[in-house]
Amino acid sequence: MNDSTRAESATEASTQSGSEAALPLTIAKPFRLQWEAAQNAHVLLYPEGMVKLNQSAGEILKRCDGTRGLDTLIAELEQAFNATGIGAEVRAFVADAHRRGWLE
Amino acid sequence: MTDLSQPAVQPAVQPAAQPAVQPTAGLDAQPGHSAANVPPPLWLLAELTYRCPLHCAFCYNPLDYTDHHRELSTAQWLDVLRDARALGAVQLGFSGGEPLVRDDLEVLVEEAHRLGFYTNLITSGVGLTEQRLGDLKAAGLDHIQLSFQDSTQELNDFLSSTRTFELKRRVAAALKRHGFPMVMNCVLHRYNLPHVDKIIEMALALGAEYLELANTQYYGWARENQAQLMPTREQLEEAEAVVARYRRTHDGRCKIFFVVPDYFETRPKRCMNGWGAVFLGVAPDGAALPCHAARGLPGLALPNVKDTPLREIWYRSDAFNRFRGLSWLKEPCRNCEEKEHDLGGCRCQAYLLTGDAANADPVCDKSPFHEHVVKVVQRAASASGTATMAAREQPILFRNDANSRRLAAAAREPGGGEHGA
Repeated sequence: MNDSTRAESATEASTQSGSEAALPLTIAKPFRLQWEAAQNAHVLLYPEGMVKLNQSAGEILKRCDGTRGLDTLIAELEQAFNATGIGAEVRAFVADAHRRGWLE
Repeated sequence: MTDLSQPAVQPAVQPAAQPAVQPTAGLDAQPGHSAANVPPPLWLLAELTYRCPLHCAFCYNPLDYTDHHRELSTAQWLDVLRDARALGAVQLGFSGGEPLVRDDLEVLVEEAHRLGFYTNLITSGVGLTEQRLGDLKAAGLDHIQLSFQDSTQELNDFLSSTRTFELKRRVAAALKRHGFPMVMNCVLHRYNLPHVDKIIEMALALGAEYLELANTQYYGWARENQAQLMPTREQLEEAEAVVARYRRTHDGRCKIFFVVPDYFETRPKRCMNGWGAVFLGVAPDGAALPCHAARGLPGLALPNVKDTPLREIWYRSDAFNRFRGLSWLKEPCRNCEEKEHDLGGCRCQAYLLTGDAANADPVCDKSPFHEHVVKVVQRAASASGTATMAAREQPILFRNDANSRRLAAAAREPGGGEHGA
């Protein structure tokens, strides 16, 4: 696992509008994303640990299910939340998620 | 989608032996709970049995575990899982003793998986056959924590090629073949701290995703063996330097946790992330535990899942409310500006070293009892040159049924069972 390399490639994808932006985003093993009603939040579970996600992080990561790339994901979020211009922030979050090993 | 500039997460990763789930500051109070400000449990530790093929000198099980040998049935454990999940628990550890000695482990894992728990098996590896690995995978087990420690009474040969060592290596390879992520756990003490580099190399060779180097905590059996196990400050500093070196060179491959031992610090840890805040343990006989070692605290009547609903235990029992929050704090904690950071530290350590579980954890140098901690560390330093001789004079007390029965009987005598100050 070479997280820094992955994070760099994610950043490049975000700035180059190259083909990598279309690669499907997927939660990496051994992480598992699920909604927890008791916490009113999405959580990311991993061996003996848990990260509680805020709403934005949850909305992004729940779309990282292997069916869409970064550009599609951003377009979907803008439509779902009736927002524009959130691309840079989403890309920054996705790059950070790669760095943390949450995304393949 | 407006708050992406805010930190997306609560502070993330922590050592695995500590309840690893984060405190949930900011959780909304749940309607219908008797204690509106109490968050739900997030981490259920199911100690399925005290039976264990190993006899580790640093085991955290209670000294008198033979007095509590009547185990919950499969049906009772299934109820515990359902009730804990309904409360909000999401991380689940199957532990013990050795949980693999229960032949209903697969049944429990299957139900826990169905309920939505992230399921962790915390095991010595003894009994983890190909058959059981396959069955546990099929049942939905998420992760295996494999401990490495000697199973024989020859602790000083900790990393030598004993049969258990080879067995664990085989088990480690097999569980990777079955696709499980692995936390490798190794409890550290005077005898194996000088081998930290070899332990890390072994974790890397076996493909562990996480390595937890847990310095011995001095409760239970470890407390009885403190004079034997306590390292020197120099040993700890050398080991920390080795860990730092490997983190620089191998960080992407294996995440290494190194839990600094309390006795060498001047501020206590936030024990269990707060009493009754995150962690809910259930002992083999159904006793509910606010911390792993709570059984050793006198005067704490532990509620039992056999006769009390789990919801009532978590929100209403005296045991779970005794040290919850900050209102119970005595001086010097009560008016301390750091109290919200460490919540007064560890209750078991306070009891063992000061005689009163409600005192400040004496690891804190603001505690009037801090000198006790300093003396223990000093004794370890002065004994380091004569460890072999000390070992001969004071043999290690291994965790086994005969020793447990003897200690339990001694504790029942008038004036027996007192430790510490």
